[in-house]
Amino acid sequence: MALLELRAVAKRFGGVVAVEDCSLAVAEGTVTGLIGPNGSGKTTLFDLVTGFQAPDAGAVTFRGRSIIGLAPDRVHRLGIGRTFQLARVFPRLTALENLLVPVPRRGLLGLLAGARTAGEERRAREMLDFLGLAALAGQLAGRLSFGQRKLLELGAVMMARPDLVLLDEPAGGVNPGLLESIAAAIRELNGRGVTFLIVEHNMGFVMDLCDPVVVLDRGRPIASGPPAEVRADPAVLDAYLGA
Amino acid sequence: MRLAARGAAAALGAGALLLPLVVDPSILNVGVLTLMYVGLATAWNIIGGYTGYISLGHAGFFGIGAYALGLVVGHLGVPGGYGPLLLVPLAGAITAAAALPVGWIALRTRAATFVIVTIAFMFMLQILATNLRGLTGGSQGLGYPVPQGWGPDFVDVPFYYAMLALAALALGVSWWVRRSKLGLGLLAIRDDEDRASALGVRARAFKMTAFVVSAALVGMIGGVYGYYVTYVYPQFVIDPLIGISMVLMAFLGGAGTLAGPVLGALLLEPAQLELAYSFGSARLYLVLYAAVFLVVILLLPRGIVPSLVDRLPHSPLEEGRGGGNPDGPA
Repeated sequence: MALLELRAVAKRFGGVVAVEDCSLAVAEGTVTGLIGPNGSGKTTLFDLVTGFQAPDAGAVTFRGRSIIGLAPDRVHRLGIGRTFQLARVFPRLTALENLLVPVPRRGLLGLLAGARTAGEERRAREMLDFLGLAALAGQLAGRLSFGQRKLLELGAVMMARPDLVLLDEPAGGVNPGLLESIAAAIRELNGRGVTFLIVEHNMGFVMDLCDPVVVLDRGRPIASGPPAEVRADPAVLDAYLGA
Repeated sequence: MRLAARGAAAALGAGALLLPLVVDPSILNVGVLTLMYVGLATAWNIIGGYTGYISLGHAGFFGIGAYALGLVVGHLGVPGGYGPLLLVPLAGAITAAAALPVGWIALRTRAATFVIVTIAFMFMLQILATNLRGLTGGSQGLGYPVPQGWGPDFVDVPFYYAMLALAALALGVSWWVRRSKLGLGLLAIRDDEDRASALGVRARAFKMTAFVVSAALVGMIGGVYGYYVTYVYPQFVIDPLIGISMVLMAFLGGAGTLAGPVLGALLLEPAQLELAYSFGSARLYLVLYAAVFLVVILLLPRGIVPSLVDRLPHSPLEEGRGGGNPDGPA
């Protein structure tokens, strides 16, 4: 059984078809790449999975359970984390606090207790260390560089120990040095059992990191498989890579 | 830095406790009204500052508290004296109950729409208070029992301490919220609500909690004010200027900080009263408000406290919680 499965999913915004008859499956333990031209429906697909949008038709299941209609925070609690296209952090919180926000707490008393327990803070600092951001723990996130924000965003998603992480353009606008740090972090986390679905335009990044790769065009998958196979697919070349 | 702040807070608290013993009783009402705004701005800050939902309709909750206490006192036949002050928590509970449906509707909106919805709520309430004559007395107003035996030199003292207690309660709640996991979630919502939701923060429940707690505190203060002035009218207790004042004070001192709203109220309310006393009913203090508003927008978009904190040596880790904003106005 696939960890995440979409069957015949459709989403329209007025007269614009964002996603249509889209079926794809993300197997547990993989780093699946999702590529396609601008406007092919990649981010909309993320929104449909994470509860920011509801599909007009079709089914979305996580571990075999329908997640349609669930609010984003409930989807998150089921074990699905996501990042956004533009490296969104909480700019007026420190890097450390950014990592503490997603740490789950149980019950009202948990919410009324202090914002950080010693254990939570230790985990957040370990995550910052893992991401190479330990020296920036007390820095306001809004003052970090774009690439550092990308890393921090990934770290924040990981703090809730999700099973599946949806990364929206993790390499976009990041310098080559930090790009390798992000790729290394994804490999390391995948090695620990985290499944990734990655939307990315940087083909080198996708081809190195992802297997399988799914190609989306005009809201529906036109190819999927190992990177080399997808790269040679005539339909893909025509719609995307050949440009 | 932290030690100095604690020392200043302790000195301020001690000074506030002792003030009625050292000032002329005839000017103690300045203290009553200043403490009222310390409490109001601090309570408003829980939803407006920490969560970033700018409510301009909190005067509605102030009015609900004022009417609620008056109605309860009248219904139970509580005589003037300390009795009505003991029933103030009930005014808070009634206001909280009223805030639930208001928040349920208003918090479905964000940004400018939320501001407009809260203003609309306040004016609707004002119209209701004017027209539900059987309940509120309409434009004739609703009377409280007059305290018997409290002479002119003493009459302000119980209200002063009641306002001081409520200001301290508001500060305590604000401090607690700010240091809690709930507070961290509110600050995350303020910065980016969608992302906070995507990270598991139950945004609706968090916002609702902040809104209701803030409203309940404002309602209790409204109750004490109603008793203080002994007669409440729709246009006096559901007054847009009360709502705007608490917002302006919070922004002047620093919205999203603990000390900011206190500082804003301590600076603005005595100045406003001085203008009101000096220039009678000309409402010149509105000009002061406009000037302060312009100064805040142009020179101190983040307020006094965050601007000062930036200029002092401090731990950067503490900075983030205070609403410091590297990207622009808070």
